[in-house]
Amino acid sequence: MLSWTEFLAVKGPGILSATWEHLMLSLGAVLLGTLIAVPLGIILARHERGASVVLGIASTIQTIPSLAFFGFVLPFLGIGVVPAMTVLFLYSLLPILRNTYTGIREVNPAYLEAGIGMGMNRRQLLTWIQFPLAFPVIMSGIRVSTVYIISWATLSALIGAGGLGDPILAGIHTYDAKLIIAGALPAAILALLVSWLLGLVEYAVTPRGLRQR
Amino acid sequence: MLTFEHVAKVYAGNRVAVADFNLEVKAGEFIVLIGPSGCGKTTTLKMVNRLIEPTSGAIYLNGKDIREQNPVMLRRQIGYVIQQIALFPNMTIAQNVDVVPRLLGWPAERRRRRAWELLELVGMDPDVYAGRYPSELSGGQQQRIGVLRALAAEPPLILMDEPFGALDPITRENLQEELKGLQAKLHKTILFVTHDMDEALKLADRIVVMKDGNIVQVAAPEELLRHPANEFVASFIGKDRLGPGLELRSVEQVMIGEPVTVRPHTGIAEGVAIMRRKKVDTLLVTEESGRLLGAVSIEELNRNYQRAHQVQDLMARDVPAVFEGTPAREAFDLIIREKLEYLPVMDREGRLKGLVTRTSMVNALASVVWGDEAGA
Ligand SMILES: Nc1ncnc2c1ncn2[C@@H]1O[C@H](COP(=O)(O)OP(=O)(O)OP(=O)(O)O)[C@@H](O)[C@H]1O
Ligand SMILES: [Mg+2]
Repeated sequence: MLSWTEFLAVKGPGILSATWEHLMLSLGAVLLGTLIAVPLGIILARHERGASVVLGIASTIQTIPSLAFFGFVLPFLGIGVVPAMTVLFLYSLLPILRNTYTGIREVNPAYLEAGIGMGMNRRQLLTWIQFPLAFPVIMSGIRVSTVYIISWATLSALIGAGGLGDPILAGIHTYDAKLIIAGALPAAILALLVSWLLGLVEYAVTPRGLRQR
Repeated sequence: MLTFEHVAKVYAGNRVAVADFNLEVKAGEFIVLIGPSGCGKTTTLKMVNRLIEPTSGAIYLNGKDIREQNPVMLRRQIGYVIQQIALFPNMTIAQNVDVVPRLLGWPAERRRRRAWELLELVGMDPDVYAGRYPSELSGGQQQRIGVLRALAAEPPLILMDEPFGALDPITRENLQEELKGLQAKLHKTILFVTHDMDEALKLADRIVVMKDGNIVQVAAPEELLRHPANEFVASFIGKDRLGPGLELRSVEQVMIGEPVTVRPHTGIAEGVAIMRRKKVDTLLVTEESGRLLGAVSIEELNRNYQRAHQVQDLMARDVPAVFEGTPAREAFDLIIREKLEYLPVMDREGRLKGLVTRTSMVNALASVVWGDEAGA
């Protein structure tokens, strides 16, 4: 067995590039999820009946075991980054969707009454009041999503999408604990780091009046 | 300026919120809608800016049927203050004040000038407050901004739904004063909802008393007090107000029982010492029998220390006084009219029985307004 130093000398560059792949794969999925889920959540907040249907579907997707899901898309999308990203994207939807929906729904109706009473139209109500007030909730949905997409992205190695799942799988096959750790640890650190960064971003873009919660 | 014609609102389930509302509001008038909870005040108010559409009847603003106007445009011309204050927490104070001007597309510089001017109007330094967020203000300051926000685009008409309801009594009174001052300056037409009769009496040019969706009486405050239309209005005004409560009391019930007294031949130095010990600045001078001779104040003693030996040399002899049995109200009137610090109470033989001071007056008034425990 190699010592850690030797191990890192040999595998280090590979791990680094796997980490990079992993990050891109996860962020891509979450970004896509955000682009779809936030507007969808906003629309759903206005349509109660549609909301229960769509949120129901999103929850159902969430309950599909991820391993099975990756297997599922295999016949349709083959292997590689595209099917992996698709699955991760679908998983990222629910928390963002749900938080956007509830964030908007739970804006104190007094603010809406004040806004409407002062002559805001629906768009102004949304962009001046509802969205800014729901923003911290939406943001925390995005954070939650990101953290577990980074963790689940390790499974995408199964369908050849690369990332930190590769060393983990290799480690499992060869009974090499170092390899498993070399995949798992960066993934965990990545999740924490990204979550922390998103927290900073959230704080920076939240108006002072809405902080201190 | 604002006309209600047979306006009615019936909610689902035949719930009549407003039955048949007719009112002609003149420009610059301060109208207060008052009545018990659920009588339809808010509904009436919200029909004016079309947050609620009437079931029947019509409302005219400056002669134009409001149904023929775009509701969004209509609302930008009507100021609106709600009870929950509801300043937008994501906007600074300046941005909050700014909302309607922004909606109306005023240029930035004009909006800024207007916000600054308004903050100054209520004595809030713009350099300090403009950049703050609502969560950084007290409740009273927030509601001040709530009012400014409604004034910003200079709407001729302002709707206010229990704007001061959530505030403590002192802040509330300050804001009432301020609003009264603003109104005197700006001559807005104001439709104001409350269920506090004191507030209504203080602010209104005319009070509209409502009950179960109907107007019971429309009258100016004095008129309402003097001639309540029926038992309901009378009970809503409250039996104690403006005095029956005070009228029924006599001075004995409001006076201080044992005022500090001295004999006429008491020495000056001793008089000063007594004042200091008893923490009073006036001594009443009585004979052995208790008959009131006069009074002497601390200023008098200090000023003429050298020229006299006994309090009788310095005492004022014709101090205003009242007899037992005088209605408390008369005594208070006398104190206020003559700007007296105190008013001695005597029996028919001229013996001192007690003293009504400004403090005892305030306590008595407080007990009428807030109930006896407050004045006790
Ligand atoms: N959206 C609604 N649907 C059905 N009934 C309503 C609705 N809004 C108000 N009501 C009813 O209409 C009546 C009048 O309500 P409104 O809010 O105008 O009363 P209010 O005088 O403002 O009372 P409060 O002093 O409690 O604010 C009440 O009986 C209320 O329950
Ligand atoms: Mg109401």
